[in-house]
Formats: sequence, structure tokens, C-alpha cells
Amino acid sequence: MPTMLVALACGVLFGAGLVVSDMVNPARVLAFLDVAGDWDPSLALVMAAALIPSAIAYRLRRHMPAPLMAERFLIPDSAVIDRRLLGGAAIFGVGWGLVGLCPGPAIAALVTGAWQAVIFVLAMLAGMALYRYLMPSPS
Amino acid sequence: MATLHPLYPLAGGLLIGLSAAVYLLFNGRIAGISGQLALAAGWMAGSGRALAVLFVLGLLVGAAASMAWLATPAPQFTASIPLLLAGGVLVGFGTRLGSGCTSGHGVCGIARLSRRSILATIVFMAVAVLTVYVMRHVLGV
Repeated sequence: MPTMLVALACGVLFGAGLVVSDMVNPARVLAFLDVAGDWDPSLALVMAAALIPSAIAYRLRRHMPAPLMAERFLIPDSAVIDRRLLGGAAIFGVGWGLVGLCPGPAIAALVTGAWQAVIFVLAMLAGMALYRYLMPSPS
Repeated sequence: MATLHPLYPLAGGLLIGLSAAVYLLFNGRIAGISGQLALAAGWMAGSGRALAVLFVLGLLVGAAASMAWLATPAPQFTASIPLLLAGGVLVGFGTRLGSGCTSGHGVCGIARLSRRSILATIVFMAVAVLTVYVMRHVLGV
């Protein structure tokens, strides 16, 4: 139960952060990625600011035997750099560059009622389902 | 598109980072949205499906509340329907194949100095920049 409230609260914080930073606006994101055009630094500021509390937390956790409300930390410990990782990142990068939305902002943009967000999210879910049913599990 | 006072991306970033920090320290989990979505949909193995559903619901609530409070203008889309479909499928497939997105690899992975995440972030950033360059300055789309 407490972990559920935390999940809800963290989601609320995240969604709020996405809207406040205007990362739900594809035009703003594309303007950051458009290094040869009318450049907008906002995304860099978002990332830099986000890394501060995040880095502090990941530092703190090294001194913790367990999380405060759950049984154990569930952090992936793989160090493998393989084609899946890099290929997946590249494929994601193309998709992101085509529209200017990544998963979080796409979900958040749904609340605006924008039909483009609906189409994108449906396609994104289809892409995730495609991966799940087409790809063999990683070894 | 109006210029945005840097206070907004900084404040928004802090909220996102805070979300990730709390999710880690309290629930012991990575606040990676692609992972949370896949988990919520039942397309990823692992515990925490109910938590993931609540996280996504919370995201919708937080976004809606903020939008109402700030009276944010509507997001501006320039992508055509084919691009929305292609982009969506690529983002969905790619984030699963690559085990993460801007939140999982970027905000969380870099914060914990994960080599995998740092490399993944460099790759998706570089490819996204290249994609936009080709689309806007080569193809003129």
C-alpha cells in the first residue's frame, strides 16, 4: 500500500515536471534537436536539473541496505553493451526525431486531447507489443 | 512557439528528478517510463505491475493538473499522420529493444553512472539530432 502511494505520487511529480518544462510540446523538443536551426536549449536544462536530485539519490542509495518502503532495490546490474542496446537506442532516436515525443511526454500529451498524441501513443503501444511478441527474450 | 523562460525547464527538470529520486529511495525502482508502460501493459517480465499502472495514472493526473494550473497552450505538432505512426512504432519498439528511454537511461542511468545508459543516451540523442537534421534541412519535411 505505501509503495502504491509512492508510485502514484512519483507519477504525479513526473507528469507535472513534463508539463512545467514544456517537454510535452513536440515543437519545443524538436527545436532542441534541431541544432542547425532555431535552437532551443530547454531540453538540456531539463536534463541537467533532473540529474541533480537523481544523482544525489543514486549516491545515497549506496549507503542503504534496502529502500525505505520496499523489500529491495530493483536496479538492473547488466553491464553488457550489445547490438540490442545500441540498435534499440538508434531506433528510438529515429522515432523521437520524427515527431519530437518520447514515452513520458507522449502519455502526458494525451491529457490535452490532441489527436496527434492519441495516434502516436497507439502506435507506440503497437511498437512495444511488436517487440514483446516478435523478439526472443534477451539471453 | 514562444520562448520559454529558463525557470520552467529548470523547475520541471527538478520535479522529474525528484520523482526519480523518490521512486528509487522509497520503492527501490528506476523511474523509466518506457519500462513502466511495458510493465503496466503486461509486456515486460518482473514484479510491480500494479505500481507501474499507478505511476502512469499519476503521470496523467500530474500532467492534467499542471496544464490546468498553468493554462499551458496546446502542444504544437508538425508531424503528418504517417510520421506519427512511424515515429510511434519506432519509439515503442526501440525503447523496448534498448531497455530504456530519456527517463530510464537519461535521468536515472546517467545519474548512477551506468556505462550502458551513458552510451545509449549518446546514441539516441545523436540519432535524433541527425534525424531532425535530415528531415528539416535535407528533405525539407
